[in-house]
Amino acid sequence: MRPSALRFSAAVALVVFIGTACSTSTKSAQPTSGASGTLKASLSGAGATFPAPLYLEWISKYTKDVQTGVHINYQGIGSGGGVEQFIAQKIDFGGSDAYMKDDEISAGQKARGCSVLHIPTVFGAVAVAFNAPGLDTITLDGPTLGQIFLGKVKTYDDPAIKALNPGVSLPSKPIVVVHRSDGSGTTSIFTKYLASASTDWKAKVGPGGKTVPWPVGVGGQGNDGVAATVQQNEGGLGYVELSYAIDNHLKTAMLKNTTGKAVSPSIESTVAAVESVQIPADLRFNVSNVGGDGYPIVGATWILAYECGYTPAKAAALKDFLKWALTSGDDIARQLHYAPLGAALKAKSLANVDRINSKT
Amino acid sequence: MKDLVSASGTRADGVFRWVLRCAGAVVLVVLVLMIATTAWKAWPVFVKEGGRFFTGEQWLPGSSRTRVTGTYGAFPFIFGTLVTSALALVIAVPLSIGVALCISEMAGPRLRRPLAYAVDLLAAVPSVIYGLWGVLFFVPHVVKPVMNALAGSVGRVVPLFAAPVVGLSYFSAGLVLAIMILPIIAAISREVFAALPEGERHGAYALGATRWEVMSRIIVPRSASGLVGGSMLGLGRALGETIAVALLVGGRIAVDRDLFHPGYTIAAVIANTFQESAPEAIRALIAIGVTLFAITVGVNVLARLIVRRIERTVPRAAM
Repeated sequence: MRPSALRFSAAVALVVFIGTACSTSTKSAQPTSGASGTLKASLSGAGATFPAPLYLEWISKYTKDVQTGVHINYQGIGSGGGVEQFIAQKIDFGGSDAYMKDDEISAGQKARGCSVLHIPTVFGAVAVAFNAPGLDTITLDGPTLGQIFLGKVKTYDDPAIKALNPGVSLPSKPIVVVHRSDGSGTTSIFTKYLASASTDWKAKVGPGGKTVPWPVGVGGQGNDGVAATVQQNEGGLGYVELSYAIDNHLKTAMLKNTTGKAVSPSIESTVAAVESVQIPADLRFNVSNVGGDGYPIVGATWILAYECGYTPAKAAALKDFLKWALTSGDDIARQLHYAPLGAALKAKSLANVDRINSKT
Repeated sequence: MKDLVSASGTRADGVFRWVLRCAGAVVLVVLVLMIATTAWKAWPVFVKEGGRFFTGEQWLPGSSRTRVTGTYGAFPFIFGTLVTSALALVIAVPLSIGVALCISEMAGPRLRRPLAYAVDLLAAVPSVIYGLWGVLFFVPHVVKPVMNALAGSVGRVVPLFAAPVVGLSYFSAGLVLAIMILPIIAAISREVFAALPEGERHGAYALGATRWEVMSRIIVPRSASGLVGGSMLGLGRALGETIAVALLVGGRIAVDRDLFHPGYTIAAVIANTFQESAPEAIRALIAIGVTLFAITVGVNVLARLIVRRIERTVPRAAM
């Protein structure tokens, strides 16, 4: 009994010692790094998983280097859940890959007593990854991609694909279509593109969204599941988030935009696509009919906030955080393969940040 | 000895009885609450779809917050759940009984312990690990070659095993499920075999029976009710298994008679789409959850009936 009790107390002493050592060291470090820390508030947000890695990085940087008195918690529970919790007044801000629909907005307004604000934060792109023997890249366009996902274009050497790739020897391999089996913003961006670029797809499958009645193909879970299925099946072709395609060096297709230029997916071509988008006053928009140097399969993601009902401390912290993220967060966004907003849209986004809690 | 009948002892007895009653009641209350709340949430979907909810093959979730606007036919999920579970059971039951017999009847004392531990350890592996291992290794490197071989030979005649082979499929999900439920069935089978009276075995050997005769005529028939019970426990796990199946079954909403094609199961579609569903679609997901619950209850009742029947007939037959 004795020796083990001794060992136990020694362990406790050690833990206590390390604990105090750590806490004193963080305390002494605070005044230097938190020089500008004047705000004090605790914010909670939830929603879209697609921008969650970026939001978490922004939050960690902001609460460590800019405002040490602010605590922000963001949970990637999915866009649908984010909007619901936002309407139910359970969180301070929501995150969503799709802008709120009219009935959702009116439900939120009714519960809060003032308007909902849509604040676009970044753009993401969706890449078409494929695995065909002897092919490093392939050029596709919207209608052909629609035919592939409808199961009508079945092989890589189909005349429709041949016409887009003159002079390329295409293998006579069947295409194995791979899609996401879980509901996701990536799927939403991809199917909305198909609906806007392929009339056949729109007529047969619909306007696109998070859960889609896929006519053909096999479902992989998450980006990993899709990428693994594409790589394990000769002839595989599926869609993944751009950042995932870049990080894993997947072979991706070039897509023809509305001006007929074949563009490969990258941060630059995503930024180029976003420049050309028409933005309505309430900042609810879809990216479609992209031309120029822009890559066509692109979507925005939004932070949702209210025009009233925050405590002054919370409102100040939320506005300060969002302003910081939109003005100083572009580098972090690029590092994580998200495309930052262009100057014009950023100004509109910041104007909406200013409207947070403006009605009391 | 005197303490056993003391006044404090009888008081403790009364208190203990009440504690146990409460513990029993908690199970019932939780069960009733679960059925009531889920059924209540799912009710509008059942009302709108009626019987088509169980037979329809169209699953087109709507996006309304207040009404039910989509089409909800859950048959592809019910079908997939039953197919993958049945496949798992067909593979796992003979294998598990073999493993259990090997451990309890064949293995020497030095091998028995490690083997039993290994089987138990298989039961402790989290299902997400089975799923990932399946996606990244087992299916592409082991199952797919087997599927290709089958599709190229048997599949030409039997439509159950026809090409094209994609990897993620009913077959892959069922196979990994079989591995997952094997330790449960094997562990229970082992216990059942161990509980048989030694005398019967010795008696049979003394009469000159071979090992095969002892196992096939005495041990297995005498344990039949226990084996059915163990298999049903395994089946329960297979029906409800979520994450491994969600990774492996292929996420395609369709009723396909080809085992090598992708499909979907109830638990997998709930896990996959719950996060990004509109309120009305969540009601529909809860409705298939209620359906799964009903299937599980049905399977358990069936198992009870089988066990009772076996208990009535088999002992006499084995004698």
